[in-house]
Amino acid sequence: MSDHHIVPLKIYFLIFSALLIGTVITVAVAFVDMGFLNTPVALIIALVKASLVILYFMHVKYSHKLVGLFAFAGFFWLIIMLAMTMQDYYTRGWEEPVPIEFLSE
Amino acid sequence: MSDAAHSLGRAHHFETAEQQYESATLGMWAFIVQEILFFGGLFGGYTVYRNLYIDAFTAGSHQLDIFWGGLNTAVLIGSSLTMALAVRCAQKGERNSIINWIVATIILGFAFLGVKYIEYSHKWHDNLVPGSSFEWNNPDYLHVAGGQVKIFFSFYFVMTGMHALHMIIGVGIMLWMIVKVRRREINEHYFTPIEISGLYWHFVDIVWIFLFPLLYLIGRHH
Repeated sequence: MSDHHIVPLKIYFLIFSALLIGTVITVAVAFVDMGFLNTPVALIIALVKASLVILYFMHVKYSHKLVGLFAFAGFFWLIIMLAMTMQDYYTRGWEEPVPIEFLSE
Repeated sequence: MSDAAHSLGRAHHFETAEQQYESATLGMWAFIVQEILFFGGLFGGYTVYRNLYIDAFTAGSHQLDIFWGGLNTAVLIGSSLTMALAVRCAQKGERNSIINWIVATIILGFAFLGVKYIEYSHKWHDNLVPGSSFEWNNPDYLHVAGGQVKIFFSFYFVMTGMHALHMIIGVGIMLWMIVKVRRREINEHYFTPIEISGLYWHFVDIVWIFLFPLLYLIGRHH
């Protein structure tokens, strides 16, 4: 275990501060009416915060590339699941229901 | 396994300590990926019902207290910092400092759970716990069906409850780590248990980073 990267203290405190500032920002923007953008903005701030935790606190930035691939794959599959689910639910109301007589035969 | 290899914490089926460390890290990440999918199912259910009952979810989130939720977010971020510092001390083999930072992490973990207890008991007294005693009589949101708000609170209790369960397990793991450090099983050559316990702790923090805005903050601008 020769060359494990010991992250400088300064970076840990910097990330800690960034996460706290991100929390304050996400609370502040929640009270601003941005229409349909409120949820996307909240999620983007959360994604940035999560990325900071993953890259620095969880050392993915300093780890083997395979670890980064695992982390990316986990969230990528989550996005596929949510996107595929919502493309169903979100579009259900778009079309007129099929008249019942076409379904009976 | 020779004594020399044992003192470096390397099991016989690994070529090098480095290989063992990378295998353990990757294995922990494989576990975390399935945890993402586990919580992902809950987030997926939340997304579907939130889009079906937007008004009810807005009304429900107004019943949650941003002060306690925000405080708990800060507490968890702080506990992630103390955990990262514990791992850093482990990398340098500073046994006493590892224990101090882990104890700080445990204290912050209990602070989080304490706040959660306060919040849960408020909801209990306000009859907002889904069940036969659930009552929806908020004068500002009487146009919203109580049954739909009940669904919001079902998601709230299941998601924060599963998160809190992970916190409790995390505290248990931290106590186990203190025992390992005290038994001198951790040194600058072998600190894998501290590192991968840290991965778990940080992951639980990430779950909360998404739970806080989705449960407490949605619809505040209305």
